[in-house]
Amino acid sequence: MRYDRQITLDDIGVSGQENLRNASILIIGMGGLGCPAATYLAGAGIGRLGLLDHDSVSVTNLHRQTLFAEGDIDRKKVEVAAEKLRALNSEVCLEICDERLTISNARQLIANYDLIIDGTDNFETKYLINDACLLEDKTWIYASVYKHEGQCSVFNYKGGPSYRCLFPKIARENISCEITGTLGMLPGIFGMYQAMEAVKIILGIGTVLSGKLKIQNLMFQQDQHIEIKKRPEQIAMILEKGIQSMVTNCTLKDTDQFYLDVRELHEEPLIESKNVLRIPLQQLEKRVEEIPKNKEIQVFCQSGIRSLRAKELLENKFHFGNLKNVSGGVQTIING
Amino acid sequence: MKLKLKYFGKLAETAGLQEEYKELESADTLAELKRIVFEEYKFDDSETIQVAVNQQLDENKTLKEGDEIAFLPPFAGG
Repeated sequence: MRYDRQITLDDIGVSGQENLRNASILIIGMGGLGCPAATYLAGAGIGRLGLLDHDSVSVTNLHRQTLFAEGDIDRKKVEVAAEKLRALNSEVCLEICDERLTISNARQLIANYDLIIDGTDNFETKYLINDACLLEDKTWIYASVYKHEGQCSVFNYKGGPSYRCLFPKIARENISCEITGTLGMLPGIFGMYQAMEAVKIILGIGTVLSGKLKIQNLMFQQDQHIEIKKRPEQIAMILEKGIQSMVTNCTLKDTDQFYLDVRELHEEPLIESKNVLRIPLQQLEKRVEEIPKNKEIQVFCQSGIRSLRAKELLENKFHFGNLKNVSGGVQTIING
Repeated sequence: MKLKLKYFGKLAETAGLQEEYKELESADTLAELKRIVFEEYKFDDSETIQVAVNQQLDENKTLKEGDEIAFLPPFAGG
């Protein structure tokens, strides 16, 4: 029997295995967190796994996103992941969703699963998951990494605190792994923490990481648990007003103006328009030829800081004279 | 009053250290400590930083000798 080793455990047994088989989990983001979480959950025999990601595999994913191999580059992550997981355990029903999570699809997608695992890499999507889970009364398992440090917690579990109780105010700048760097082991470990919390919640065993934030620095072997207090006003606000996240397909106020977006490609809100050239700050020098010099370009990022750096770099090193900085950041140029 | 301050995530880099001990006047509150630390290290986007006293997030805590204060920034990598 394939599950013998876990059924043998006193707190799982045959009935626990049955509970795992009857459970469904949606994993949002098939990256450094989502890959290990999905692998172990499929291995454990979760009945139905949803995989959501709109990205394709790139070579820089391979050091930490363990479901992908060299031959998978440029293929859709969810398709490759489903193939590998199906090969691992054909008993698991795999549902793939090659989409971004947005205000318009979040509640419907989340409502379809018992539990949600957050494998995303940006603040806006985390707040979106939080709000949608509150409205659909779902528990979600959060994790984030920064260099050698990770955070993990379970939110909206049996009336426990939510992400907005921990961080009521959204941070201005998103610092992704692309900018700071990360070793594969850190998201690997935190993705497995998430999978473990999911199993405990499904089986109703052990101590669930709700009301506590786990913080671990793997480089210095420091481990802390911080108690999170519920902020009822934060939860009430979402239940009253609905989703307050910014992840939406938004439009530009000025449709004739040409823009240069120097944010990372995953940052929200995403603006898809023929008048927006998207080149992350780190790649500007390499791709400078793509930027026109014959018309006025407004440069923007999330808050106006990176775009100012981009403008100065392009002016000082490449002699651009047609650039303006959007000093108030992306929110000032979109309809909202 | 001697306090142990711990900095997480990006804050440890901005402050240039992971932890330190700070001597404060006994009348100082958490709000006052935050003001002093934020001013000293010029943390960016400081309204988003959460501060835990002895592993508890509670804005209204009064500080006492030997308390451990953790400064926690949000981060979102995955």
